[in-house]
Amino acid sequence: MNIVVCIKQVPDTTEIKIDPVKNTLIRTGVPSIMNPFDKNALETALQLKDTYGGKVTVISMGPPQAKAVLREAISMGADEAYLVTDRAFGGSDTYATSYILSQAIKKLGGFDVILGGKQAIDGDTGQTAPSIAEHLGVTRLTYILDLKVDGDKVLARRQVEEGIETIETKFPILCTATKESNKPRYATIKGKLASFKAEIPEITLADIPGSDTAKMGLKGSPTKVKSTFTPQRNSTGVKIEGNSPEIMADSLITKLAEAKIL
Amino acid sequence: MSFDTCKDVWVFIECFEGQPKNVGLELLGQGRKLADGLNQKLCAVVIGKDIDAAVKAAGEYGADKIYAVQGDEYENYSSDAYGKVFLELCEKYDPNTILVGATVNGRDLGSKVAVSLKTGLTADCTALSIEEETGNVIWERPAFGGNLYARILCSETRPQMGTCRPGAFKMPEKTPGNQPEIIREEIRVPEDEIRTKVIDFIKACEDNDMRLDEAEFIVSGGRGMKSAENFSLLKDLADVLGGTVGCSRAAVDAGWMPQNKQVGQTGSTVSPKVYFACGISGAVQHVAGMSESDTIIAINKDETAPIFEVADYCMVGDVFEIVPALVKELKARQQG
Repeated sequence: MNIVVCIKQVPDTTEIKIDPVKNTLIRTGVPSIMNPFDKNALETALQLKDTYGGKVTVISMGPPQAKAVLREAISMGADEAYLVTDRAFGGSDTYATSYILSQAIKKLGGFDVILGGKQAIDGDTGQTAPSIAEHLGVTRLTYILDLKVDGDKVLARRQVEEGIETIETKFPILCTATKESNKPRYATIKGKLASFKAEIPEITLADIPGSDTAKMGLKGSPTKVKSTFTPQRNSTGVKIEGNSPEIMADSLITKLAEAKIL
Repeated sequence: MSFDTCKDVWVFIECFEGQPKNVGLELLGQGRKLADGLNQKLCAVVIGKDIDAAVKAAGEYGADKIYAVQGDEYENYSSDAYGKVFLELCEKYDPNTILVGATVNGRDLGSKVAVSLKTGLTADCTALSIEEETGNVIWERPAFGGNLYARILCSETRPQMGTCRPGAFKMPEKTPGNQPEIIREEIRVPEDEIRTKVIDFIKACEDNDMRLDEAEFIVSGGRGMKSAENFSLLKDLADVLGGTVGCSRAAVDAGWMPQNKQVGQTGSTVSPKVYFACGISGAVQHVAGMSESDTIIAINKDETAPIFEVADYCMVGDVFEIVPALVKELKARQQG
């Protein structure tokens, strides 16, 4: 089975702080990690390989430092890794990013399964992976818990709000994994050594010659960021005071009743 | 899709077992605002096997027009069938703006339609407005775990599309006497064009709790609750109020509460009448999921906890003393 996993390097959003003066994100010192849901996708891929044999290729679009997460993927057991990188790709929204990744996947060629996380924790859109499926015209299955192969059929369990669906389909497919899909494995010593030595080739614009540059980068992105802001908080709340919990409780409920909230 | 001829604001009304999901109706409220701002019509799109209840609800919640597509092949969601219907409707009626609930299936449909129409889709919007001079929707959304908000425009292509999370907006008021124009479209998708088949469905065990996104009162606990058992105190308060219990990510990570009770950027977005935050510090990722509540009451030992910056009523003190006192006082008043 030929499997490709799309992974993204993201800032650890739980560590992000806001500059109180400039009201902007402080990015320096924030650790970069593999998007946690992409790690679940990688684990799904590795389990498929363990069961059915085959090859796991990981790709990431980003600047050269994103090679760190590709090396981490190799240390967990991925066979090959490619970095999709070019100045022409910068500023891409989910439409342009998914188009570029679809072109890179096409170039690598011949996949049965494409995997990604259900969303990245920085942008939180959940749109890029299913959009790749659309650009490639392959069947998409989002929020997948597991996959089984039965002859030429694929059976997938898919988590929706109301329960779990079992879906029957055929290769090739694109799936997105969630936190509930599995528990990602740790890197092995052997894997770590392999990851140090691994060559990580780059896929640049020159490597995908037939693609449409009008669909790439800031220019090729239908959505554009007009402005950003940090959520304003103001301490205008009413302080409920009192010498005992009972007095405080009475005071709160009286105030809520007066304000017709209760 | 042409910029000059496109018109109307569409809202996708997703159904489950013949009933419309709330998020579609919530979005009719937002769609109304945008349609009025653009001086265009508000249209609902209903696709399914049994759609009568959803068509009726779309009318009750203010749709001017309802595009209704019915067929056995729409019993379960599939991107192939629903995508085909949606794209055919877009082709024929040329919408200006499309709103879709950010459910599992809504996110799937949104990306399918946007890529096919080569247009922009903004995910998980928390505020929508019209840029007056251009008629572009300003899509406002959180990123980086709620640390940053962005205003996004799709200014060069149409339709402009966005998804919004369930509970991010309140249900609008019903519009009595509304007489929507119902347009039934006969669109069929042959079985062999639907590449995914749902062959089994296991309904999630329903706990008897009220759903977070439907509760008027939510009592949430965080790290300060210290144990799973202590959440029973919050249950007592929720019961007196006729509400339900929620929690922060810290409580889920500690194993005290299940993930489906989590409020925040990676959990549910809620906007109840009253939200109690008990022993919750108020990390941005939590606040992003509850800041639209009408009234926020924070109870925390630490008077510097950031939750007090968003609370309408601040109680500095021991949650294990204050919550039982609130329960006692509320019960006394209910009996009196």
